[in-house]
Amino acid sequence: MSETTDGLAFGSLALALLGGALRVSTPFLFVSLGECITEKSGRINLGLEGTLVLGAMGGYGVSLLTGSPWLGVLAAGLCGVLMGLLHGGLCSLPKVNDIAVGIALMLFGTGLAFFLGKPLIQPQAPMLPSVELGAWSDDEQIRSALRINVLLPVGLALAGLLHWAFRASRWGLALRLVGDNAAAARALGYPVVPIRIGATAAGGFLAGVGGAFLSLYYPGSWNEGLSSGQGLMAVALVIFARWNPLRCALAALLFGAAGALGPALQSQGITAGYYLFNAAPYVLTLALMAASWTPGQTLAGAPGELSFTQR
Amino acid sequence: MDALTHTLLAADVQDRGAAVEAYRVTKRFGALTALDEVSLKVEAGSFHCLLGENGAGKSTLVKCLVGYHPPEEGSFLVDGREQAIRSPRDAQRLRIGMVYQHFTLAPGMTVAENLLLARGDLPLRIDWRREKAALAAFLASTPFRLDLNARVADLAAGEKQKLEILKQLYLGQRLLILDEPTSVLTPAEADEVLGLLHGMTRDGRLTVMMITHKFREVSAYGDSVTVLRRGKLAGSGKVGELTTQDMAEMMVGSAVFVATAPRRRAADPERKTGEIRLAVDRLCADNDRGMPAVRELDLVVRAGEIVGIAGVAGNGQKELIEVLLGQRSARGGALRVDGETYGATRAELRRHGVFSLPEEPLRNACVPTMSVAENMGLRDFDIAPFSGGWLSLRFLRRGALTRRAKEWIEAFGVRPPDPSAAIENLSGGNVQRAVLARELSGAVRLLIVANPVFGLDFAATEAIHRRLDQARNDGAAILLVSEDLDELLELSDRILVMSEGRIAHQVLAGYVDVAEIGRHMAGGAGHGTGH
Repeated sequence: MSETTDGLAFGSLALALLGGALRVSTPFLFVSLGECITEKSGRINLGLEGTLVLGAMGGYGVSLLTGSPWLGVLAAGLCGVLMGLLHGGLCSLPKVNDIAVGIALMLFGTGLAFFLGKPLIQPQAPMLPSVELGAWSDDEQIRSALRINVLLPVGLALAGLLHWAFRASRWGLALRLVGDNAAAARALGYPVVPIRIGATAAGGFLAGVGGAFLSLYYPGSWNEGLSSGQGLMAVALVIFARWNPLRCALAALLFGAAGALGPALQSQGITAGYYLFNAAPYVLTLALMAASWTPGQTLAGAPGELSFTQR
Repeated sequence: MDALTHTLLAADVQDRGAAVEAYRVTKRFGALTALDEVSLKVEAGSFHCLLGENGAGKSTLVKCLVGYHPPEEGSFLVDGREQAIRSPRDAQRLRIGMVYQHFTLAPGMTVAENLLLARGDLPLRIDWRREKAALAAFLASTPFRLDLNARVADLAAGEKQKLEILKQLYLGQRLLILDEPTSVLTPAEADEVLGLLHGMTRDGRLTVMMITHKFREVSAYGDSVTVLRRGKLAGSGKVGELTTQDMAEMMVGSAVFVATAPRRRAADPERKTGEIRLAVDRLCADNDRGMPAVRELDLVVRAGEIVGIAGVAGNGQKELIEVLLGQRSARGGALRVDGETYGATRAELRRHGVFSLPEEPLRNACVPTMSVAENMGLRDFDIAPFSGGWLSLRFLRRGALTRRAKEWIEAFGVRPPDPSAAIENLSGGNVQRAVLARELSGAVRLLIVANPVFGLDFAATEAIHRRLDQARNDGAAILLVSEDLDELLELSDRILVMSEGRIAHQVLAGYVDVAEIGRHMAGGAGHGTGH
């Protein structure tokens, strides 16, 4: 008896994890792709956590006001662009450190979102629609696991597009050059500062869209504990993914699955250590960071202009 | 004749080397006048050499010419017409290209990507198959061989230099400016590169302007020469009409002795060397990417000798030096100094009298933002007489540090003579002098030296060589790693050739066969670090 139920339990646990990964990974995906663009240009934007929260608030608010969740997504992206421009502009001033500015903007973004978002905690805004990939199945569990948001396939396609663009488009090559050796870029006549500001703004746009997913799809409301550090984890994820957009997408799914571990176990009736399992993404972040840093070596694939690769 | 050849020929007819003139060019950086009304004339299709000591303004002048630092006053004439060169784009439009002293390649990108990015008119979407074929065809038209798919970070220094030059040739430049192009090349590589460029000037296709310190290169390849001193024009002329002595006088402003190759006398085989000071036993170390760079290397340095290590850059010399200086941990093997296990700790360095002149001293031997006096005190600021005092709390005695710094600045000729100046604001040669003062003024028993004269003018070079020779005669054991074979031949008692992380060849100074050394250097040259 116990063997068959164990098999079943394992199957549905795997299914719950898959469903969780597909549901939870979208913000990780967008923020990490955004950060990937920014870091390829040679700057680190730690403020994406703030951008994510501000995007969530802005997207929710605009969706509530206009009744269109897609306008909300757009507004969230524009919030992100503004935050990105602020970061990019500040970092272009002489002797300004991008990491310090990032931390300041993280606090600024979340603070501003909490301040402006107070009236948004109660009302219910229109949500983004979902796509039923599991419609073929009779099993409710499979259907719920494969119920995804359009933003997920968009994000995955974007990862593929970025992977191609970094390698084989004028903009991608110029971006990588600026991030790899700014002096060389300047000598060749590429505008270093505008490219970096543009990359940071584009990164902000994606992070903002990731925020809209949080408030307009899953969990699907605006409150102050919405992000719980996902923006920061996504930044760490870029390092683990070695600045490769495809690996960013894989890592985002992995983080999504880790984030779904607690709820999935709970749905199987395992309640012991619920909060411990909820900490899985954070533990995963620490473990991956420790595994991907080797002392005394520069990281393979790291853009040469990043402040932590400079010796 | 097919269409392609036809276009190429047509392009050749158009592509004559550019004639360039600078007229009373002045460039200031704050209070410093780096260039003071300098004029120069470079004829079309000539090989022009720009000579001068460190800080003479050579680099500033060419950076003005390529639009990197637009000058405050003066003008440039290209093919007789005045041209405003305000940005690198302007220079690119005039087809003036520069090969910088410090590499301007993107290390994380491939050879092909670096070449393509240099072109500047990239299509929005890049068809890599077509571009790679075109690049391969271009490469085949030059004598250089590089792997298009190799990451630049994996190339040896010599290969990077070739890529820099290839980049400019790829752009079809009419004037090529080279800033000390051979400082990282082996003599054979240098002759190959300069010979090729010289050939292109003979065809009239290219004008070359080369900054150099090496008179040998001026006499072998130059047509005409311009000499700068302290930001001013010191003289110019045709190479055939000027002697080395004339040029040296223009450079330093007075007649000085120029070492025109009296190489070190053959070492006396009977010469007494002392006890073993440094013993390296089966040392293994990895490079930054975790690949083996030093492989089971053995060597011994005795008191009273200079052991020179020759080799093409990237064959493990850098990693060896870093292990000896404590900047990198070894993966295997043992180091012994005076017979005791050595781990490059501060206490061991002090006990055994180990000193060092690493390459890039600003990065490897200094704290850039600290003052000259503080940097000169880095070895001994924490012991008497520079610290001490009340309750033996080891307070720093700044007065004592500054007084000593003043003595050393005087003795070693550091400019500006200001102990409180941040060392990062000094020129390369003066940083080197300041470090030299710190490292050679103590009781030196073992000295580890890497490329000590990289980028220095000949007066500074002579001074450093004299001091190394003196230290050896005083009984120090010296390990000298250099990419300049002439320097090794001049100084060393024994020469070891390092290739692929091992000692490939060993020879006493009196029995050197340069061709033999070259063969052993080349043994691992092309693929020294890739695997």
